[in-house]
Amino acid sequence: MPELTPKERMAIQRHHMPEQDPEVRNKNFDEVNLGYDAALAMAEAERCLRCKKPVCIQGCPVAVKIPDFIMMVAEGRFKEAAAILKEDNTLPAVCGRVCPQETQCEQVCVVAKKAEPVAIGYLERFVADWERMNIGIQVPEIKEKTGKKVAIIGGGPSGLSCAGDLIRMGHDVTVFEALHEIGGVLIYGIPEFRLPKEIVKAEVDGLKAMGVKFETNFIVGLTKTIDELLQEYDAVFIGVGAGLPYFLNVPGEHLNGVYSSNEFLTRVNLMKAYDREHADTPVFDMTGATVAVFGGGNTAMDAVRTSLRLGAKKAMIVYRRTEAEMPARIEEIKHAKEEGVEFILLAAPIELLGDENGWLRAMKLQKMELGEPDASGRRRPVPIPGAIEEIPIDAAIVAIGNGSNPIISKTTPDLKVNKWGNILVDEATMKTNKKGVFAGGDIVTGGATVILAMGAGRTAAKAIDEYLKNPDVW
Amino acid sequence: MNKILEARFIAPDIKLFRIEAPLIAQKRKAGQFVIVRVHEYGERIPLTIADSNEEEGSITIIVQGIGKTTKLLNTLEAGNYILDVVGPLGKPSEIENFGTAVSIGGGVGTAIAFPTAKALKEAGNYVISIIGGRTKELVILEDEMKEVCDEVYPTTDDGSYGFHGLVTDKLKELINEGRKIDFVLAIGPIPMMAAVAEVTRPYGIKTVVSLNPIMVDGTGMCGGCRAVINGKTMFVCVDGPEFDAHQVDFSILTKRNKMYLPQEKHSLEKFMCNLDKMAMEVENARVNA
Ligand SMILES: Cc1cc2nc3c(=O)[nH]c(=O)nc-3n(C[C@H](O)[C@H](O)[C@H](O)COP(=O)(O)OP(=O)(O)OC[C@H]3O[C@@H](n4cnc5c(N)ncnc54)[C@H](O)[C@@H]3O)c2cc1C
Ligand SMILES: Cc1cc2nc3c(=O)[nH]c(=O)nc-3n(C[C@H](O)[C@H](O)[C@H](O)COP(=O)(O)OP(=O)(O)OC[C@H]3O[C@@H](n4cnc5c(N)ncnc54)[C@H](O)[C@@H]3O)c2cc1C
Ligand code: SF4
Ligand code: FES
Repeated sequence: MPELTPKERMAIQRHHMPEQDPEVRNKNFDEVNLGYDAALAMAEAERCLRCKKPVCIQGCPVAVKIPDFIMMVAEGRFKEAAAILKEDNTLPAVCGRVCPQETQCEQVCVVAKKAEPVAIGYLERFVADWERMNIGIQVPEIKEKTGKKVAIIGGGPSGLSCAGDLIRMGHDVTVFEALHEIGGVLIYGIPEFRLPKEIVKAEVDGLKAMGVKFETNFIVGLTKTIDELLQEYDAVFIGVGAGLPYFLNVPGEHLNGVYSSNEFLTRVNLMKAYDREHADTPVFDMTGATVAVFGGGNTAMDAVRTSLRLGAKKAMIVYRRTEAEMPARIEEIKHAKEEGVEFILLAAPIELLGDENGWLRAMKLQKMELGEPDASGRRRPVPIPGAIEEIPIDAAIVAIGNGSNPIISKTTPDLKVNKWGNILVDEATMKTNKKGVFAGGDIVTGGATVILAMGAGRTAAKAIDEYLKNPDVW
Repeated sequence: MNKILEARFIAPDIKLFRIEAPLIAQKRKAGQFVIVRVHEYGERIPLTIADSNEEEGSITIIVQGIGKTTKLLNTLEAGNYILDVVGPLGKPSEIENFGTAVSIGGGVGTAIAFPTAKALKEAGNYVISIIGGRTKELVILEDEMKEVCDEVYPTTDDGSYGFHGLVTDKLKELINEGRKIDFVLAIGPIPMMAAVAEVTRPYGIKTVVSLNPIMVDGTGMCGGCRAVINGKTMFVCVDGPEFDAHQVDFSILTKRNKMYLPQEKHSLEKFMCNLDKMAMEVENARVNA
């Protein structure tokens, strides 16, 4: 095929992601997006202009060599494309599915100035899936063993990416995880219909094949402290995530039928309550129920769409601001709407009302309007006096974010944290104030994204490698 | 995977397990618990560490079969494995020398009270133990309590053994006899703990109860175990499980523990029908793993 001109490339329309029909998928837990096939992927790859200055790379927190891998896709050289991707991204099948591309690589993509951006995320997903399904996850080259031992605390994206880099550098790596499964939010939070668990497991198996050891059911701080780990390990990376659910602090939050998103999603995902036939862990019976989810992020979208799939008759998002301010990925908001989720915007719950048996029966909402911009530049929602509405509901899920779980900080008193409990680090190296101890991901930044957590794990891995070579310098 | 070293019934439907868990055995303190999961589709349930043996690297748990998971657990025998055991969780009991301490256990609550009673004794308290059961067979750990307490009073609701009456009746008797009581620990069914709190409240006796809300992770991550203490929301798995009995809202706890009643009933009925099949599932899971 002759080389296309940039103009010809620009003329190609972005290829839609094949997906399950909304009316079918809102009743099952299978993945919504079905993925490009090879032909679609190669056609989409032709849209990339192969820019001399690929700004998309700057938009990517881990600087994936985007045009290089896309060029390989265009030529049908998927194996090479996968190898390029994985030089910079340990979990491409995950990131291709859950990254907010619209605010990262695709936002700055040059094509986006005139048309829809190149579907970088969909291509990333295609390449990673192709590798996994056709040739199996390839084990990259591992350097000669150094004899140094590193303990990684937490099996979420930050810990996994740190582990993946360190094992390649030849170190001996053990991941300690509090829960009975590895993956952090990828396993207990993000639902099957957005990120099949099988993909996370395959990635973890890839790390195992590279020699990473995993210890589940091990709560650092309680089972062993960081100081005890430091007697056995040369360095420690803390990637324990956020993991302390915020509640609204409104009356009635103890009522039956009220959940934190963490609890609701953990019951359904990690504990498999979506499989009512087999799972022992119960979850509120959503059949025919009316459900309100408070919040506007990815977690809220996951909770509301999960409720629908469990049989809710009516599922609502209640958010204080407007849709423009919602932190969720655009695709999730779009999917939620298509599936029949209702959006109540500019409203905040001020009370949850119950019956005499302690079951939730209604919520009281305070209507808001947008006032002056706040420190973040977003217009602040302010209550409209007297505009209060009572709406009957059967279940409520609070998805307004997470604080930092104090188990590590309480059991490691000499570790410096800020007033919210986030661990303080040097951003260039992820070093904490405690010698030999590094930290990254949500425990440092507060709830953020998978790719930022992975980026932090990478930065730390590099600094840990240097520290292991020269342990006298801190 | 944790190996079961010993498994024996100590009362109808109440089974004692000694299981391999060397790290937990080293770390645990009185009042702490573990979370256990028995099979791939199983739930995570909290169980108090009744005792431990650091040299052997084992912990003891005592389980009352009341629902699907506990009954399934109680089908396991020495040599079997428990899929997941994690801990030690929760805050240790606050142990000091109060003077005279009364430890009250109702049903399997006695197993939960045992390690704390023992620690209270070791801290120099004069420890009186009241062991309640509906009937004689349900009075557990009497010999063990005798070893670590100064006085032990079994009580039964039906008068078939020991003191005839409720544990609160025995406690009132002690108070009315003019015994100076400085501290009460009460662990058992919620109505029992609430009743003990009312008995001691007028006397201002410091009283501690161990709460048993429904849990999932046990690390403060889900908030499912929240209880209202002195008007404030607390996560029992990390802020407790022990709290000042006079500050606990028992009514909310009672209602929250009924949240899954229909599902639990269904799950138990199905289990009882399939007991054999289920035992095989566990066996298979064990063999496969
Ligand atoms: C429902 C939901 C949906 C989301 N959707 C998206 C999305 O679409 N896109 C996106 O980019 N981001 C999304 N996020 C955010 C993203 O998942 C997180 O930013 C990311 O997972 C943080 O990674 P982490 O490694 O820092 O922590 P986590 O993923 O939280 O992992 C931390 C791990 O450490 C373990 N742990 C905690 N304490 C201990 C201890 N003391 N000892 C041992 N182990 C411990 C935890 O059990 C957990 O497994 C979502 C988050 C949620 C909750
Ligand atoms: C800190 C703590 C320590 C405990 N220690 C012991 C112990 O040493 N020995 C013992 O026999 N029992 C103990 N329990 C109670 C034990 O966890 C429950 O009996 C068990 O979870 C019931 O599960 P099931 O499936 O057999 O019964 P189900 O039929 O599921 O439930 C029966 C009742 O148990 C409670 N329950 C159900 N699921 C859970 C759960 N995941 N977590 C907590 N409670 C639940 C509910 O109130 C329910 O109504 C303890 C509970 C807590 C919170
Ligand atoms: S900015 Fe867009 S068009 Fe340019 S190289 Fe990156 S993906 Fe291709
Ligand atoms: S059990 Fe989840 S926070 Fe306590």
